[in-house]
Amino acid sequence: MELILFIITALVALVSAFMVITRRTPIASVLYLVLTFFCLAVLYVMLGAQFIAAMQIVVYAGAIMVLFLFVLMLLSQRGAQTWEVAGPMRKWLGFAAAGGVLLVAATALQSVGVSDTVLDPEIGTVSSVGSALFRRFLLPFEVASVLLLGAIIGVVAMVKRKPYPSETEEGVEHGS
Amino acid sequence: MNMAVDLGWYLALAALLFCIGVAGVLTRRNALIIFMSIELMLNAVNLTFIAFSRSLTNVDGQVFVFLVMAVAAAEVAVGLAIIVTIFRHKETVDIDKVNLMKW
Repeated sequence: MELILFIITALVALVSAFMVITRRTPIASVLYLVLTFFCLAVLYVMLGAQFIAAMQIVVYAGAIMVLFLFVLMLLSQRGAQTWEVAGPMRKWLGFAAAGGVLLVAATALQSVGVSDTVLDPEIGTVSSVGSALFRRFLLPFEVASVLLLGAIIGVVAMVKRKPYPSETEEGVEHGS
Repeated sequence: MNMAVDLGWYLALAALLFCIGVAGVLTRRNALIIFMSIELMLNAVNLTFIAFSRSLTNVDGQVFVFLVMAVAAAEVAVGLAIIVTIFRHKETVDIDKVNLMKW
């Protein structure tokens, strides 16, 4: 039963991941990427990582993909981009290089000698992940929050429009 | 009867997803789709972490996935801001057109 679910989910994930990199319209790519993320969340649940599966849906499928959609909305109303046709040379070289990476990964997989243990149902609960996160990994957790703060400030500083020359005096007056 | 899926299957799936991401980065010219391919690669690595976390009955892998998600969120925010800024200057997201730093 679990095997059947795994095969179906894995196939959907692979096909939708392939669709992400082959669709010409970016909006279709985003939606296929959301489908891939949902499949990965299903796999996380099967692996006993319930908390991470919820985070996957909330953070990735929720926040990050919405950000992508917003930027797409801001950037282009034109739909399919005709310039997006990659030359055959670049295409085949790219796929060949990716195949090379797969070869390396397959070689590495040969040497994986971890014996499979039975699934511990308690491993992925909020309390077990949380106690690890707030005890042994407290410092990385706090550093991650500082990183996010830095990212917020950097993004606002980067994207904020400079006031137009005619508006500059006004901006100074209002102290902005 | 519960047939558990072997660790190797999850690792193989993660490797395939990672390679699809690599192919996306190398073959596409749209900066946004290259970004999505990077997200795909990050998720493939996350799947590897979770699979090993179950196999070793150790929660550390899941904590790492949590941190990877935080870094990915920061990376997406900064990267999309860069793309928006480039679009304002050049009116395009074609990475072949963004060649100011190319010799």
